[in-house]
Amino acid sequence: MNSLFQLIARHRVLASTLFLAIFPFIMPYEALAINILIFGLFAMGFNLLFGYMGLLSFGHAAFLGIGSYLTGIGIVHYGLGWGTAILIGVIGAAIGGLIMGFLAIRTRGIYFSMVTLALGQIIYYIFYKAESLTGGENGLRGVRVDTFNIFGVPVDFLNPMVKYYIILFFVVIAIWLISRILNSPLGAVMEAIRENEKRAAACGFDVAKTKLLVFVLSAAICGLAGSLRALHLSIVPIDSLHYLQSGQAVMMSILGGMGTFFGPFVGAAVMLYLEDVVTTFTKHWMAVIGLIFMFFVLFFPKGIWGTILSKLQIHQDSK
Amino acid sequence: MQLLTGIALGSIYALLALGLCLIFGMLNVVNFAHGAFFMVGAFLGVYFLGVTGNFWFSLILTPLLTGCLGLITERFLVRPLYGRGLDYPLLLTFGLSYVLIEVMRVTFGIEGLPSITPDGLTGTVNVGIGFFPKYRLFLIAATALIILGVWFFIQKTRYGLIIKAGAADQEIVKVLGVDIAKVWLLVFGLGCAIAGLSGILASPTRSVNPEMGIPILAESFVVTVVGGMGSPVGAVVAGLLVGVVYSMTSLFFPDLAELSIFILMAVVLLIRPQGLFGKAGAMG
Repeated sequence: MNSLFQLIARHRVLASTLFLAIFPFIMPYEALAINILIFGLFAMGFNLLFGYMGLLSFGHAAFLGIGSYLTGIGIVHYGLGWGTAILIGVIGAAIGGLIMGFLAIRTRGIYFSMVTLALGQIIYYIFYKAESLTGGENGLRGVRVDTFNIFGVPVDFLNPMVKYYIILFFVVIAIWLISRILNSPLGAVMEAIRENEKRAAACGFDVAKTKLLVFVLSAAICGLAGSLRALHLSIVPIDSLHYLQSGQAVMMSILGGMGTFFGPFVGAAVMLYLEDVVTTFTKHWMAVIGLIFMFFVLFFPKGIWGTILSKLQIHQDSK
Repeated sequence: MQLLTGIALGSIYALLALGLCLIFGMLNVVNFAHGAFFMVGAFLGVYFLGVTGNFWFSLILTPLLTGCLGLITERFLVRPLYGRGLDYPLLLTFGLSYVLIEVMRVTFGIEGLPSITPDGLTGTVNVGIGFFPKYRLFLIAATALIILGVWFFIQKTRYGLIIKAGAADQEIVKVLGVDIAKVWLLVFGLGCAIAGLSGILASPTRSVNPEMGIPILAESFVVTVVGGMGSPVGAVVAGLLVGVVYSMTSLFFPDLAELSIFILMAVVLLIRPQGLFGKAGAMG
């Protein structure tokens, strides 16, 4: 049993891919599976910054929103193809990350959280006010993609299963990228900064540059999640940019296990599944999720996946 | 005229930031539920006002209740997290704000309550340069009184001395035989009471609904960042500044009103990352 887990930990990208490939079959319906896929990616992108480098951002909804809106605007107003639209969403989120990161990394600790939250609100108001492009309060409607042309072969994007696997394709690329980043020297510097920023600086690493780089990478991944969400929902709600959405990324990471590779995904799955179940008998699911979250902060700070891993004593390095 | 409106708005910001700053300066906790306490205060205030018809009564009862809520929060939720890093209390209070919002939705409905301006404070009054709502003048006066009261409490009383000493060096205070846990409890309760008080004071000027604490939390963070973390003077000055900037922009460039205060924050961050009144090393 234990050696199986070690094997999974060593080949985490392959294991994640295999798991996600069968994932829609264990979910009650495909739309929920797609939602979990997208928010799992969002939480993983966020976790890169928070779990691995210790920077708690409360503004990551901005990148989800920028990705969604730019992809949506590209398709609705300029009739772009899906590939270009996704690319624009990701690049836009990365640029947003560069600007926000540039301002936010000047501060540390709780201050950083407050600044990212406030900067996230700026993005919210900008998109809210640009009504002619974004639809303002009503959100952007009509992001229609019916068929995906893959090497000239049209594929029916309205079929939920097909949609799931197309989105999974992008998510797997992102997961592979995240794994590569974490295994690279950059990943080691990130964890060094998390453990002791001054010491990392004394070792000769450029702390500010690393922080900014990771901020941008994290933003780009969250932007990809946003782009995919726009294609999935075919609308972009203004709520995507709201700071409670940033809070969701935070909650998912904590719930699943921050600083673990697959934890945020577990957190996203548990939270969205719970939301789905709880809303069937009460509309006050926020209270339920709030209580569960507080419970985890108090008693299980390692989260679900993190607790499992530490029970199995799988070593930090190979998570 | 617009300046007065700005000051009225700013005094609410100043109060909120002062509460945040008290808790942060002493406990090193950013209370993410501060906006939620503000919202609870507004709801309770309007509710008591509706039931009793006496504004002064609810003005006293509401902060007492939110203060008690703060005491419970500190004792049972925040206290177990001391020593586990700065992020955990922040995360916990974030979760708490979710719960408080839902509790208010369950109790008072998602529509919220109609806000009531207390009798005797309705209408306008001539302030020399034009007519100004009476209630806003009262708001300015009341906040000034509260801020003075808090200042007096911290600067001139024995308790205030302990609080100041505790913020500077908790070890020494402990050694001197002060039960620091009790002081922290009190400070957290006081901060939440002030948040509730600003909620009821602000209620006649805005709509009372469960989500009202959300934007105000972001705005009071802006105030805290502009003023400088943990600086009470900074909190008050920046609160007024942000209020005035907001109302001036909404006069001249209405489209930019919401953005203006965030732009102000970005500018301050670029020039003085530690905030106007913050100490250089006080951000980590």
